[in-house]
Amino acid sequence: MADRPLDFNILIVGGGPAGMAAASAAAGAGTVGIVDDNPNLGGQIWRGQSFAVEQKNAAAAMYRRVQQAGVTHLPRLRVLDAPRPGILLAESEAGSYELRYRKLVLATGARERFLPFPGWTLRNVMGAGGLQAMVKSGLPIPGKRVVVAGSGPLLLAVAAYLYEQGAQVVSICEQSPFARLAKFSFGLLGDPRRLAQGVGYRMQLRRTPYRAGWWPIAARGTRYIESVVLSDGHRTQEVPCDYLACGFHLVPNIELPALLGCELLHGFVRVDEQQQTSVSGIYCAGEPTGIGGLEQAILEGEIAGLVCSGRTEALRPLLQKKKKFGKFADRLARAFALRPELRGLANAETILCRCEDVSFGDVRKHSSWRAAKLHTRCGMGPCQGRICGAATEFLFGWNADSVRPPIFPMRFGTMVGRGCTQENKLQER
Amino acid sequence: MHKPDQPAIRILINGKTLDAPAGCTVAVALAIADEACRTSVQQQERGPLCAMGICYECRVTVNGVPHRLACQTICAAGMEIQTNG
Ligand SMILES: Cc1cc2nc3c(=O)[nH]c(=O)nc-3n(C[C@H](O)[C@H](O)[C@H](O)COP(=O)(O)OP(=O)(O)OC[C@H]3O[C@@H](n4cnc5c(N)ncnc54)[C@H](O)[C@@H]3O)c2cc1C
Ligand code: FES
Repeated sequence: MADRPLDFNILIVGGGPAGMAAASAAAGAGTVGIVDDNPNLGGQIWRGQSFAVEQKNAAAAMYRRVQQAGVTHLPRLRVLDAPRPGILLAESEAGSYELRYRKLVLATGARERFLPFPGWTLRNVMGAGGLQAMVKSGLPIPGKRVVVAGSGPLLLAVAAYLYEQGAQVVSICEQSPFARLAKFSFGLLGDPRRLAQGVGYRMQLRRTPYRAGWWPIAARGTRYIESVVLSDGHRTQEVPCDYLACGFHLVPNIELPALLGCELLHGFVRVDEQQQTSVSGIYCAGEPTGIGGLEQAILEGEIAGLVCSGRTEALRPLLQKKKKFGKFADRLARAFALRPELRGLANAETILCRCEDVSFGDVRKHSSWRAAKLHTRCGMGPCQGRICGAATEFLFGWNADSVRPPIFPMRFGTMVGRGCTQENKLQER
Repeated sequence: MHKPDQPAIRILINGKTLDAPAGCTVAVALAIADEACRTSVQQQERGPLCAMGICYECRVTVNGVPHRLACQTICAAGMEIQTNG
């Protein structure tokens, strides 16, 4: 990697659909680079998909566009810090690198929200997208009994995928009440493609009970999960399973934008119509600006790519399309808003911070995220509060601290390297 | 486990050999080998949660390098993986 230029005209952080769309739209405007911490491009949705030439799907088409555009892909490289304007610091297994840019597109995507309930730390209790990612990465799932639970449109996509891969999907539980989902689906009538996708999933899964207004209250087992207890607030039911795939919608990855000083609005990166953030020369596209799904991520990526390469003449149809999308992210957020009962799932002994094994009872004693961190070590582990912080935000209404570098744990070699003068490659492990 | 028609690569997990499906992540190889990724502060066994490099539950030692994320590392022939790191 060191023999490639690490100085880019346009640098894109995140190789998901938004980042790939930005890269291909920006092609030809000098050096364009995509940095991503995964081995392959594709982000959360296209991970592990075949990008082979004969493939006709959207992912393969996008991949070809990125390749033809002559974009430099820097895989397995995680951006940790922004030491000076125009410079990012990234780390791989092999060492750390300074990445220079004139324009920056942040396409860092989203992660799942997890909420604590008794037994959620047992093995084989995973995120919904988490289990899907494991299967996409080779986990054998045929014949395994899976309960998919939590909230968000991802649950159906995951259930359909696991079913297709041979899993026995025994139950799908969406915490949102039926009436709210019905309203949301009705809203989709004006959006035939999304409706068709949802209906398609339901058809594939027609033998699996889909329960709206049900949620998991406990996972049971000794080392692994053996069963999950589900409830609708009145009744409970224990369902034996091999995996619980459970996530409560998505949380945007705003740490890097925040570190760079981009203004946030209601927890998302504030951008204008052209994806420009509050910091000049820094753009943001995809989930960090609002959880709006695949098409919106691609569209925003394209807009950002065109704008930062100065090709604004091609923008107009895209901006019109974006207007049509309207407030899909807001509608999603309303449809899948979390019910208050979910705040009461954990008991005093339930672990809340998995990195440091801090219990719900110990965290609850404190009045703010900062106090809890100081007194219990909650959020002080390697995930830096990405899991428990997103939970306490919902559970107690706490706001996270301001973001401080490095935004992911840094290896010692890189820390030493930060102070040294070597230009590009700071420190070999 | 892994299908006979699928190419496999041989890796070492805590000193034991495993033929893992080619292209799988270390997290998947550990699941196939029935190994937890780490032991928590309260001595609980932990496996992957997010599978996307966020939660750090899957950290293991790979070829002597500690704290590698098993869910973002692809198995390579001869790779040595140590859990409980
Ligand atoms: C776990 C998960 C599974 C999903 N599965 C589906 C699905 O099956 N179907 C569906 O319709 N939608 C799915 N979604 C939603 C889907 O991801 C979005 O709709 C959309 O595709 C997001 O695109 P994006 O480019 O904004 O983000 P992403 O696809 O999330 O891409 C962001 C990329 O940036 C990388 N990144 C972030 N920070 C850094 C950093 N500091 N350094 C280096 N790299 C970084 C990430 O690793 C990631 O590869 C899923 C979401 C999640 C979180
Ligand atoms: S499973 Fe969460 S970081 Fe690997």
